[in-house]
Amino acid sequence: MNPSAISDCAVQECFHCGQPIPHNTCYPVEIEHISREMCCRGCQAVAQAIVDGGLADYYRHRTAKSGTAVLDAADVVPEWLRQATLYDLPEVQHSFVRQEAGEIREASLILEGIVCAACVWLNEHHISSLPGVLSVEVNYSTHRARVRWDNARIRLSEILHAVAAIGYTAHPFDPGRQEQLFQKERQAALRRLFIAGIGMMQVMMYAVPMYMATGDGSMPPWIESMMRWASLVLTLPVVAYSAWPFFLGAWRDLKLRQAGMDVPVALGVGSAFLASVYATLAGHGEVYFDSVSMFVFFLLSGRFLEMGARRKAADAAEKLVKLQPAMANRLVAYPESWEDELVPVSSLSLGEHVLIRPGEGIPADGLVAQGTSQVDESLLTGESRPVEKKGGERLIAGTVNVDSALVMKVDGLGQDTVLSGIVRLLDRAMAEKPALAQLADRVAGWFVLALLLIAAFTGAAWYFIEPARAFWITVAVLVVSCPCALSLATPAALTAATGSLTRLGLLTTRGHALETLARATHFVFDKTGTLTRGKMSLLEVIPLGALSGDQSLQIAAALEHASEHAIARALSAAVETHGHVLETGETANLPGSGVEGVVDGKRYRLGRPQFAGELCGRMAPESALLDRNGATVVALADKAGWLALFVLGDALRPDAADLVTGLQHRGKTVVLLSGDQEGAAQQVAGELGIPVVRAAMTPQGKLDYVRELQNDGAVVAMVGDGVNDAPVLAAADVSIAMGSGTQVARASADMILLSEHLPHLNASLDVAVKAQQVIRQNLAWAFAYNLVAIPLAALGYITPWMAGIGMSASSLLVVLNALRLIQSEPDGANTR
Amino acid sequence: MEILYLLIPLSVVLIFLIVGIFLWAVKSGQFEDMEGPAHRILMDDDRPQSPPDE
Repeated sequence: MNPSAISDCAVQECFHCGQPIPHNTCYPVEIEHISREMCCRGCQAVAQAIVDGGLADYYRHRTAKSGTAVLDAADVVPEWLRQATLYDLPEVQHSFVRQEAGEIREASLILEGIVCAACVWLNEHHISSLPGVLSVEVNYSTHRARVRWDNARIRLSEILHAVAAIGYTAHPFDPGRQEQLFQKERQAALRRLFIAGIGMMQVMMYAVPMYMATGDGSMPPWIESMMRWASLVLTLPVVAYSAWPFFLGAWRDLKLRQAGMDVPVALGVGSAFLASVYATLAGHGEVYFDSVSMFVFFLLSGRFLEMGARRKAADAAEKLVKLQPAMANRLVAYPESWEDELVPVSSLSLGEHVLIRPGEGIPADGLVAQGTSQVDESLLTGESRPVEKKGGERLIAGTVNVDSALVMKVDGLGQDTVLSGIVRLLDRAMAEKPALAQLADRVAGWFVLALLLIAAFTGAAWYFIEPARAFWITVAVLVVSCPCALSLATPAALTAATGSLTRLGLLTTRGHALETLARATHFVFDKTGTLTRGKMSLLEVIPLGALSGDQSLQIAAALEHASEHAIARALSAAVETHGHVLETGETANLPGSGVEGVVDGKRYRLGRPQFAGELCGRMAPESALLDRNGATVVALADKAGWLALFVLGDALRPDAADLVTGLQHRGKTVVLLSGDQEGAAQQVAGELGIPVVRAAMTPQGKLDYVRELQNDGAVVAMVGDGVNDAPVLAAADVSIAMGSGTQVARASADMILLSEHLPHLNASLDVAVKAQQVIRQNLAWAFAYNLVAIPLAALGYITPWMAGIGMSASSLLVVLNALRLIQSEPDGANTR
Repeated sequence: MEILYLLIPLSVVLIFLIVGIFLWAVKSGQFEDMEGPAHRILMDDDRPQSPPDE
């Protein structure tokens, strides 16, 4: 921090990440001969690394600012990166690295922080310039990188470090069978779609002259016959290969003695194709090759788009799930020595001792053997305040040690942990979920039955009237009723609506979610992390002495400067928006009480009111210390007296009120279910105007409550984020998890609100309702079309070209109607 | 009109050729990333070292 340079830093925004530059800092980097200002040493180091690597072009090409650097300062390496050397261990690599001949290895990495195409360029060039790296490919759509390297010359951890040096985060991940399966599926779908498409185009080329020449004798019979044969040759792969999934689906349905949408499709395609083949071989009769290939193409494109949308949703959710080998510090010879070694959790055994440093997650269930610390159990209880743990107390796997180092004796691993128990509860609730998706197929069943009856009846009737035409008219009935519009009606609308929701930041992971969301009558919210931010922040400053609130806050932030405690972070976060941090002298941290230290030459104490009061020797003003509904109160004092009280707590999300009023405006009942104490829950409910509140609920209690609502006929939409919400999320009719929520909650939810912007739920609800309307319109149109077309066909008025036009027109209309859902662009939806 | 004896079979052969090329393209992974290459082409390496343009 060079004081003379302060005046030179006139720029307000960090050139690298776009964050505002703090007042008294100056971190310049020369990029293409111009000195640019950065906001922190991290960004400075990253920018310097980019320039030194000869990759300054990145700044020229990028279309969005980069993320703030992961490395806060060049010398403070974050925990996960320090653990990166673990990825070099063969037993860890086993799950995600592919070994080739010799020492050549290949791994897939998830890259975080990619915002524009220039990031892809930067990463590819930077990684490939490392000695020992053989190839790098970054996929811009999926943000995945595939790296091949020579393990004799470079290690995987060095590659991860190199990525971090230019400001991105790379995690290895296990592509797994699921991924490969999807790749294959997508390629097969592409092939089918293309063959159907090109077949349709060329067959149409032959069909149009035949239609135009009908009757006037201008086309010699040999040309027509040849065109028919050419059409047959081109339609054969369309039917045999592209339409194969429909036949397969129909066969499966028939074996199970039910009629899905595939049955009428297979029936239409099959009968039309066979009749056309017969007509071509026999040299007389109608051919429907163009209708068949067009029909298959339309259906396949609908399915392809649907698959893409579904995959995108799943991908975004998966990106949040990082493969981090759960590691533990095993104490080899506790209590004799404190020597520790890093081992995978899977190799721990019961009775062993592990060391848990502040900031680390707890790797297994166990009891505290030594040490006292605060542990953040919000994952399990939803309680945002850390809980104090002393010797002999229980620690739960997955929670986070906040304060100081702990030694734990392991007594629960793998399936026996509390967390696994909750996951099992969740599995059970999910298994009981009613299958709503079968409704559309039931409609199809009736449709097929009616269709077969009509076709049979038509055939029989014409057999008596004019036997020569009976066969062709029956075929016309089957072709014209090809339930193209019917089978596209729902998927097209759902795909379009899912796309709109994804742009709103709401991912749909299960098919029925949209339909149910539109029907939901009750919206049940969890409190912590859903309506509130789920982490501690400064709610209020009460000045008590000569200093103003802002001044006190600056002193407090300076005192807590070095601490990583939740309270310290809340104070620094509050002061960051208010100006500069004061110069600190020595500070002493007294765990459980507070901080004492010198700021600008004066001695202060910050912490529990009792602790702070000891410095000035006066009792705290009682009235101000009254119960603040679950909030934490921290006091600041100097030798002369009290200076200020800071009220810290879990702040409401700023847009929670909008959401609640919006939902109530739409006639939904809003309920608050909280694991927190009555007072805290009531206060939140009061501020937001939520009429129904249930506080101090256990996961089981929440589950029972939702079941009760469902028994009374309510359709429940549950919004939550914690592990404790997972079972109830699974049991609700439709469930929405917060993007920042826990992995278990996300896995059990039907939808994931990635944008974290609560009012988007209101907009999503509107989209869902509109999607229902569009589906209904589409179905109505499909039925109306059949109602008109089938009698005409049965009476013998439909020629092949009419069938083709009618079918395409009805499918196009249905698709265009569905596209209206995409065009309704949400206003201001571009929230991160 | 007799030329159609040749042209119609030719068109069929052509279609099969196109399908063959496409199948090769799918197999070689040309459709894996539908967004990246469009941007990549704009970021060429062989730019002569020039003074900054601002």
